[in-house]
Amino acid sequence: MPTVAPLDLDGHCVAAVFLGDVPHFALADGTIHRLDHGHKTAQANDGLLAAFHDAADDRLITGGEDGKIFSVTAGGNAAELASAGKKWITSVAAGPQGAVAYASGRIAFVRFADGKTREFSHPRSVEGLAFSPKGMRFGVARYNGATLHFPATDGKPVELEWAGAHTGITFSPDGAFLVTTMQENALHGWKLADGKHMRMSGYPGKVKSLSWAPKGKWLASSGAPAAIVWPFSGKDGPMGKAPLELGTRGNAMVTSVACHPSQDVVAVGYDDGMVMAVRFADAKEVLLRRPGKGAITSMMWDKQERRVAFGSAAGDCGVIDISA
Amino acid sequence: MSDAQTTQIPVTVLTGYLGAGKTTLLNRILSENHGKRYAVIVNEFGEIGIDNELIVESDEEIYEMNNGCVCCTVRGDLIRVVEGLMRRPGRFDAIVIETTGLADPVPVAQTFFMDDDVRSKTRLDAVVALVDAKHLPLRLKDSREAEDQIAFADVVVLNKTDLVTPEELSKVEATIRAINPAARIHRTTRAGLALSEVLDRGAFDLSRALENDPHFLEAQDDHDHHDHDHHDHDGHDHDGHDHHHHAHPSDIHDVTVQSVSLRGGEMDPKKFFPWIEKITQMEGPNILRLKGIIALKGDDERYVIQGVHMIIEGDHQRAWKDGEKHESRLVFIGRELDAERLKKSFDACQAA
Repeated sequence: MPTVAPLDLDGHCVAAVFLGDVPHFALADGTIHRLDHGHKTAQANDGLLAAFHDAADDRLITGGEDGKIFSVTAGGNAAELASAGKKWITSVAAGPQGAVAYASGRIAFVRFADGKTREFSHPRSVEGLAFSPKGMRFGVARYNGATLHFPATDGKPVELEWAGAHTGITFSPDGAFLVTTMQENALHGWKLADGKHMRMSGYPGKVKSLSWAPKGKWLASSGAPAAIVWPFSGKDGPMGKAPLELGTRGNAMVTSVACHPSQDVVAVGYDDGMVMAVRFADAKEVLLRRPGKGAITSMMWDKQERRVAFGSAAGDCGVIDISA
Repeated sequence: MSDAQTTQIPVTVLTGYLGAGKTTLLNRILSENHGKRYAVIVNEFGEIGIDNELIVESDEEIYEMNNGCVCCTVRGDLIRVVEGLMRRPGRFDAIVIETTGLADPVPVAQTFFMDDDVRSKTRLDAVVALVDAKHLPLRLKDSREAEDQIAFADVVVLNKTDLVTPEELSKVEATIRAINPAARIHRTTRAGLALSEVLDRGAFDLSRALENDPHFLEAQDDHDHHDHDHHDHDGHDHDGHDHHHHAHPSDIHDVTVQSVSLRGGEMDPKKFFPWIEKITQMEGPNILRLKGIIALKGDDERYVIQGVHMIIEGDHQRAWKDGEKHESRLVFIGRELDAERLKKSFDACQAA
């Protein structure tokens, strides 16, 4: 039976991650809590709005109301990486070679590991940011599509058009596909080799959480009473194929998804705080955590594939141990 | 009212041209000792001389929804800012949104109806338009936005009244009244009015909106209505105009917005609801606002209804009082409205 070590915090959890095998919880007030031989706290932004787990560098990149970017490493070391004025930092991402991207209004910034920064202005707000896993390339989700930039060179940006407001963005782990979340209840995807469109719609709610399965074979998503898992193993992605619907519940919506690091299993978090693990092959469900106080906002598996850290909108966070 | 509704944070939208007095009013909201804390969303820092961590700068982003309806627009930036603010709700009691002089108030308002996340945590309280008494005639000549802002407002603050003659003032007020017969008008200098007249109005709260305005659609019959500063409706009723309606787009120069006020007796719900549905679907792009109190046949409660373009909301408000006349009143504010057709089709919805 899985066991839960709860950590009851006061406030909305933006990100629950493992840094150096220690669970860390970043709250909207900018405090970073960790369970490291007891409950310890550090401070990042004054008002934390966006967070991205940088797996390559084992750190959490955060951006906030104070216009600053922080890097949080194991042990709760929060260091200011950059500052972009008085405007809110609404999106952050980390990429290859220690590069970090952040958005303030209509400008996307890229900060390279050596501290050098480049600005990319857009006619409309930068809604979401993501680096491609290969090469120095990043994507911006924007109104009516996405823009791909090549910050290491002066290459012309690539514009991908699709009507509507695109709010979030992710590349598949092999870099072949780009997927955006939209203001309407849908995902949109592009096959980057030929620009072919992929429409993924039918969600009853907005999609706010996406997670790629190992090797990018599947993309799990929130926004429905089940985790909607699209097959991406074919060369045209999910086109013409039906998604899996895993962990379906009649009375709750999925708000967060986190794929297992090596197996075709997804951790599914719901708006009532419940967490389940569901296997793709047979849709078999295991209850990991009973409903709590708030919607699950963030989850992450540890490297040992033994624990899941989770955070909620009401602050009732914790760590699930599935090996117990 | 459910708990969820009572914990929704009220949002006030301030519109008005540069120089109309928005900054003066905002500074008062931020600095006066009224016991409430406000988060303020502005288009640009700067003019507000107050340092406050709850002043958020945001780039106006109008997003058309991908549903083929051109009037279904939202403010994408507000969705994000409101979501961010609401993650730390203990910091403030209400939100004020200041729009730019040229801003279209419609996407701002629709954001609070069309986005589920925003809607679940906040409620639109009122749209307040500040108007410069001296410059309004000029503004109406050179832009459509000035007119839209008045047409869309629940409250109009007619500011800088000390800069015009009494004759000019009553003319300006008559113009405002012609554009929007349903709004409350306050005459001020230096935006000096009780903040309770602009904040926490509940103008979009169906159970409160019309209760605040018991003479809804009654006082508008006399156009040179001598409103005083602070416009307490003076109590004289204008009854006895059954089935009265009128539309007046053109009697005042430079006004393209018209209003159509309809009155009738009890409505047949089987006819009224399909009618209002059809009208808002077909005429939605031309309708800026609609508001009404409907008497439904066989229903002992007043039904209140309001709309923005194609979005309509209705609910039972309260029981009819003893002796209260079961009368239906409905006002459309918009452009290119066919008053005759509206009246005819409205009348046809009356219960036999």
